[in-house]
Amino acid sequence: MFVELNNLLNTTPDRAEQGKLTLLCDAKTDGSFLVHHFLSFYLKANCKVCFVALIQSFSHYSIVGQKLGVSLTMARERGQLVFLEGLKSAVDVVFQAQKEPHPLQFLREANAGNLKPLFEFVREALKPIDSGEARWTYPVLLVDDLSVLLSLGMGAVAVLDFIHYCRATVCWELKGNMVVLVHDSGDAEDEENDILLNGLSHQSHLILRAEGLATGFCRDVHGQLRILWRRPSQPTVHRDQSFTYQYKIQDKSVSFFAKGMSPAVL
Amino acid sequence: MAAAATCGSVAASTGSAVATASKNNVTSFQRRGRRASGTNDSGPRLVSITGTRPSVRNGQLLVSTGLPALDQLLGGGLAVGTVLLIEEDKYNIYSPLLFKYFLAEGIVNGHTLLVASAKEDPANILQELPAPLLDDKCKKEFDEDVYNHKTPESNIKMKIAWRYQLLPKMEQIGPVSSSRFGHYYDASKRMPQELIEASNWHGFFLPEKISSTLKVEPCSLTPGYTKLLQFIQNIIYEEGFDGSNPQKKQRNILRIGIQNLGSPLWGDDICCAENGGNSHSLTKFLYVLRGLLRTSLSACIITMPTHLIQNKAIIARVTTLSDIVVGLESFIGSERETNPLYKDYHGLIHIRQIPRLNNLICDESDVKDLAFKLKRKLFTIEWVQDNYLRQERNIYPPGFSYLLKQKDSAWGEGSLQHSTFLMSFLAKATAFASRLVRHSEPLKQNGSGRIRQAAGPRLWHDGRRQEAPGLLGIPP
Repeated sequence: MFVELNNLLNTTPDRAEQGKLTLLCDAKTDGSFLVHHFLSFYLKANCKVCFVALIQSFSHYSIVGQKLGVSLTMARERGQLVFLEGLKSAVDVVFQAQKEPHPLQFLREANAGNLKPLFEFVREALKPIDSGEARWTYPVLLVDDLSVLLSLGMGAVAVLDFIHYCRATVCWELKGNMVVLVHDSGDAEDEENDILLNGLSHQSHLILRAEGLATGFCRDVHGQLRILWRRPSQPTVHRDQSFTYQYKIQDKSVSFFAKGMSPAVL
Repeated sequence: MAAAATCGSVAASTGSAVATASKNNVTSFQRRGRRASGTNDSGPRLVSITGTRPSVRNGQLLVSTGLPALDQLLGGGLAVGTVLLIEEDKYNIYSPLLFKYFLAEGIVNGHTLLVASAKEDPANILQELPAPLLDDKCKKEFDEDVYNHKTPESNIKMKIAWRYQLLPKMEQIGPVSSSRFGHYYDASKRMPQELIEASNWHGFFLPEKISSTLKVEPCSLTPGYTKLLQFIQNIIYEEGFDGSNPQKKQRNILRIGIQNLGSPLWGDDICCAENGGNSHSLTKFLYVLRGLLRTSLSACIITMPTHLIQNKAIIARVTTLSDIVVGLESFIGSERETNPLYKDYHGLIHIRQIPRLNNLICDESDVKDLAFKLKRKLFTIEWVQDNYLRQERNIYPPGFSYLLKQKDSAWGEGSLQHSTFLMSFLAKATAFASRLVRHSEPLKQNGSGRIRQAAGPRLWHDGRRQEAPGLLGIPP
């Protein structure tokens, strides 16, 4: 959890909004630091987190999480974190026939199917336990990242359907939050990715867009973060607010500053 | 995962440097064998594998790519469990070299090799590996090379290109003994036969395997990719690289080399058609390969003819699914062959992506304009501007005052455009050296609205005033 980012977003783990879909987007740079931020943020907020990690292994998130002050192994043991390690599961699915439906079942199919098994997995993971006392505040679904599903043969519409089902369950029914990461391919003309990105941009309440600098690589400023609040429930009153900051990623934190105000330049 | 946590905490309590090495071994590779053995036998876990070293930044286990210069640019080497993707140059002349250096490094370190190709028999590829250069034989020759390119002017303060003085120089490392990390190879000699025979290697030659009756699980990949994945998974499991085989206790690295992945010889049509039927085959293959690598002690090099892929979106997806991406661009047949800036070089090398593993940041090198040359026997990578800087003393003889570089130039520091402009401008200017005057304040605006250079020399040529070449001079 980056304290500066919390200040920019005007939230703390104690009083975060519920029922929101946050879209993380990166263009020409790596936006994974935002995923680490939200993972540690929601674990500190005592939420039940279901993390669908398709692109990196568990130990990667665990080690970065330790730097940010959360222990993923402990969270998993307590039952606070349900972790789907996409890479390991893919190897299991592809090389061994599975008896019961596996969340990544679509890897075995020749035609683009749908993500229903994955949705069942998420619903099962975030189902509230009727054991009397509520241990966790609200459920959160984290997906890193959705563009990989396109590379694995799913169509953009199938992925949008999956997100729609998850929103209905997690955001509306269970009053939880969702955070998804999508890559913006920019000028690579990836039509499926553009459909996915546009569709999600219209549905989300908060968009965080990490962009590389237009002038190229810089040692002191790693990129630019655009924060866009969208309030679809109040169409007329508030216009969409948008802020832009530049950032530099350090070993355990990220520092944000206004454009052109990098400490290296001043 | 509980076992890993307890192992980590026990290791921390011993409080020695050795403990950090063992804790970091859990990073990208989980051994299920550890769960069975409750007590931590510190012996085999802490024995380091030859040819590897922990990264300075995050303790990640690294192997050498076979080119010490490339290792330096990648932040120390290739991390175990990751993929190095080489985007082939147009005529596929230099990428096989990098492929062979990687495999040769594996043989010198005693690693197991897995060579997959659809074009050449892996046995032939291994016969053509370059011979390693060891201390005694080549130190003399290497010193000779360094002497020929000795740059005495690098110690003297530069007059015009003073910004370049601040940038770090590329180090010239000499050949190292075989126990150290990273070796040099002689591209003109072959690897001795006894070294090849002593090594443990597995070959996958597609035309042979495609006809055999290997049991293939249903999947939507092309048959070639499916067979290759099965083969890799078999080797990893049987030789114990992922720790799941109770009979085998493996403490070695598996180096996987896949040549020309994505070319039509593998049965994939992404290089032929824009929207072929198998457009997801390659990306699925890379995803499953990543899953196999992350859970085993292996490192993989893949060369891919990305310049042939019709659909640019696939290249972007392939880049996301690979860890390190290095692009080679050779000068053969291009207009850059005659550019004086690229004299002596054979091509450019682009480090397109470096992964952030177990970390928020990565070791990105500051130097972006890199060129390579295959000079006699060694493959070296240098910063392009080094060539320019060597010629600096020749261009600016003392005794003249020169035009100051404008502070607010339109280009970023160290960009190629900037240096080419300076070179071309000043090369022409030496003919008129006696007329150059140093301007320090901007010239007056004459009100016509035309943008003039703030401090530009006016060259009188045939009675007509002529602007000096430069970006800010807009032609009338």
